[in-house]
Amino acid sequence: MSAVTEPTKTSATGAPRKQRKDKGLNAGQGRAGLLLVAPTMLFLAVIIIYPLINAVVLSFEKDEGLDPATGMFVAGGSAGVSNYTHWLLQRCGDVSCPPGTLGNQFYSAFWVTLFFTVVSVVIEVILGMWFAMIMNRDFKGRALVRAAILVPWAIPTAVTAKLWYFIFAYDGIANKLLGVVGINPQLWTSDPWAAKFAIVIADVWKTTPFMALLILAGLQLIPGDVYEASQIDGASKWQTFTKITLPLVKTPLMVAVLFRTLDVLRIYDLPAILTGGAGGTTSLSMLVIKQIRQGGFNNASALSTIVFLLIAFVAFLFIKFGGADVIQRPPSSKKPKKDADTQTGNPVAANATSTGA
Amino acid sequence: MALRLTKRRTLGVLAGAVSVALVAAGCGGGDDGGNSAASQGADARGPITYVQGKDNSNLLGPMAEKWNAAHPNEKVTVKEQSDQADQQHDDLVQNFQAKSDAYDVVSVDVVWTAEFAAKGWLTPLKDKFALPTDGFLEPTIKAATYNNTLYAAPTSSDGAMLYYRSDLVKTPPKTIDEMWSMCSIAKKNGMDCFAGQFAKYEGLTCNATEWMNAYGAKVVDDAGKPTVDSPEAAKGLQALADNYKNGNIPKQAITFQEEQSRQAFQDGKLLFLRNWPYVYNLASTDASSKVKGKFKVAPLPGVDGPGTSTLGGHMAAISAFSKNKATALDFLKFLTSEEQQKTNMEKGSLAPVIGSIYDDQALVAKYPYLPVLKESIANAVSRPVTPFYPKVTEAIQTNAFAAIQGQKTPQQAVKDMQAAMQAASGGN
Repeated sequence: MSAVTEPTKTSATGAPRKQRKDKGLNAGQGRAGLLLVAPTMLFLAVIIIYPLINAVVLSFEKDEGLDPATGMFVAGGSAGVSNYTHWLLQRCGDVSCPPGTLGNQFYSAFWVTLFFTVVSVVIEVILGMWFAMIMNRDFKGRALVRAAILVPWAIPTAVTAKLWYFIFAYDGIANKLLGVVGINPQLWTSDPWAAKFAIVIADVWKTTPFMALLILAGLQLIPGDVYEASQIDGASKWQTFTKITLPLVKTPLMVAVLFRTLDVLRIYDLPAILTGGAGGTTSLSMLVIKQIRQGGFNNASALSTIVFLLIAFVAFLFIKFGGADVIQRPPSSKKPKKDADTQTGNPVAANATSTGA
Repeated sequence: MALRLTKRRTLGVLAGAVSVALVAAGCGGGDDGGNSAASQGADARGPITYVQGKDNSNLLGPMAEKWNAAHPNEKVTVKEQSDQADQQHDDLVQNFQAKSDAYDVVSVDVVWTAEFAAKGWLTPLKDKFALPTDGFLEPTIKAATYNNTLYAAPTSSDGAMLYYRSDLVKTPPKTIDEMWSMCSIAKKNGMDCFAGQFAKYEGLTCNATEWMNAYGAKVVDDAGKPTVDSPEAAKGLQALADNYKNGNIPKQAITFQEEQSRQAFQDGKLLFLRNWPYVYNLASTDASSKVKGKFKVAPLPGVDGPGTSTLGGHMAAISAFSKNKATALDFLKFLTSEEQQKTNMEKGSLAPVIGSIYDDQALVAKYPYLPVLKESIANAVSRPVTPFYPKVTEAIQTNAFAAIQGQKTPQQAVKDMQAAMQAASGGN
């Protein structure tokens, strides 16, 4: 996550200066600004731009091959796009990748990663919304409930995964509870469907609090008088929820969904520890690591570039069409959108009233 | 303002995705082997560093003390890695790729030797570095040899054995069919019959190859070419699949790694268990064990007589980038000495690689399973010695796992195994 916040900060300081320069501020100041930003930019270039470009460069080189005469590894040379066709077209040399190679697992990993993303994010949104509404109410012991809901988020994923590994063991508590209601024990860590749901359940358990927290932040920005007005107008609870709460919480909700979606698309630790990829639960990131462990760095670079593009594409879709306004826009005069105006206009005022109260 | 916001957003999104790409980036580069490095420091002496996985039995400290007392000018520093084989492998690879001289003598798992040797990371144990290997158990030396050259010195070995409930079964089964016929005893006592380690991980490779070997298959030929697509190999997998289906192997066995299967046996839920020697002490001493004094060990059953185990164990090798190779070689000899191996056996239950130790009467009295273990290791077949081992094991695991669960026929599974292993040696 630190990688995400880091550049946001710098571009916040970097971009406006450049913009001012465009608008004709004197050149001396622009240069001074550039000088001040330079160390950060350099730092970013070293830790982000260089590895990114290097990964792409590596992905066009062949992995080391064995020299049959000496039995030693030698450099592979240029690969063209063969590392990409290895994954996308399943080409292993001249043949199609047979089952048991990593190339063969690309599409299963691709679909299962999407499956995790869609299913767990949908469940997390529903549960997160519910939790947030509970936490937003005034009642005795609210602080305790808030703390209790947040506990799973505070536990490291690796620990969560190990905990669920024990819960889902054949002799574990999950199967004991199923036995009470008369369901046969499941192979939670090996059976294709059970294993997928084991991961979804563990992921939902862990990250719903995160969702709830972001939604709660959104809920608290909705001014109370809107609700009072709706009450006077005689709106039902359901109407209040669909006509007031949902539209007003949409922006923070979409941001939360975006974050979670990107997170799940990169999912590694949970399936790696919980199932080890058995039962078709190998995610794309796990495939990258497996490929590295097999000594195929260049091939792995190609795969991580593919994953990178996929995630960037999904993020783009969200921002373009899903209304995931990562940064709140100021009221724009060009597009008089009703929603956007209430969202961006109100929170400031609401913030003031809530801090005042 | 609008410009600033768009930029900020794009960068944020980019950065999030970059972290994925970063994973692969840091690890490439540096691909010329260390052939020239192998001769550097050949005669040099001085302090060295020995690296191995987590030491669970407190063997390393006393070992280092003993060496240091005898070699005050060539002291050894010991570095312990994690207890996870994958992490140990990653740590060694990172060091070798950086051509670091931080590690002089490294402990490697039997299946890593060929990979490290082919990368030029290990000093060949020939000519000036020749190591006497008389008395060593044959399979352990074979597993340390790549391209007819010895690259590592075996330090400990491992072979699988059949644990059986001696209170329920008077004479252990010699053949596989005999074992299945005894499953009625398990049924009568309300327990499961047989289990090994059938979860999808390295242990499955060991188990599946054992079953294929038992029916006469060869996973690779002597030249290292894959020969697993054979009726014999299919028969081996068929036996596993059939008995998984009919319940002789319990349903949960496909989630078993070593520990889960040991737990099941210790809880009295299994009649027969295929596992490594470490189970013996734990099952006899663990407070929670329900089978204390009620079990014995026998060689793994085969088709007509005793079966063949997969070879496990560790070796020590000299890094090609070591600066003090002469000292390192002496240290290697010290590690593999009969005296040191005996200590490792007594204090840590590590199976020796020198045959004569197994016949030591005092030791046998204390560890009654030693004769069985010696037989197991002497007949053991090592997993394919190939620089592409990580790919080969993936090919075996994936296809064997599918075959056991009945997702594909054993014939198809061995065919796919063969194809995947061939693709592996082509670099895929």
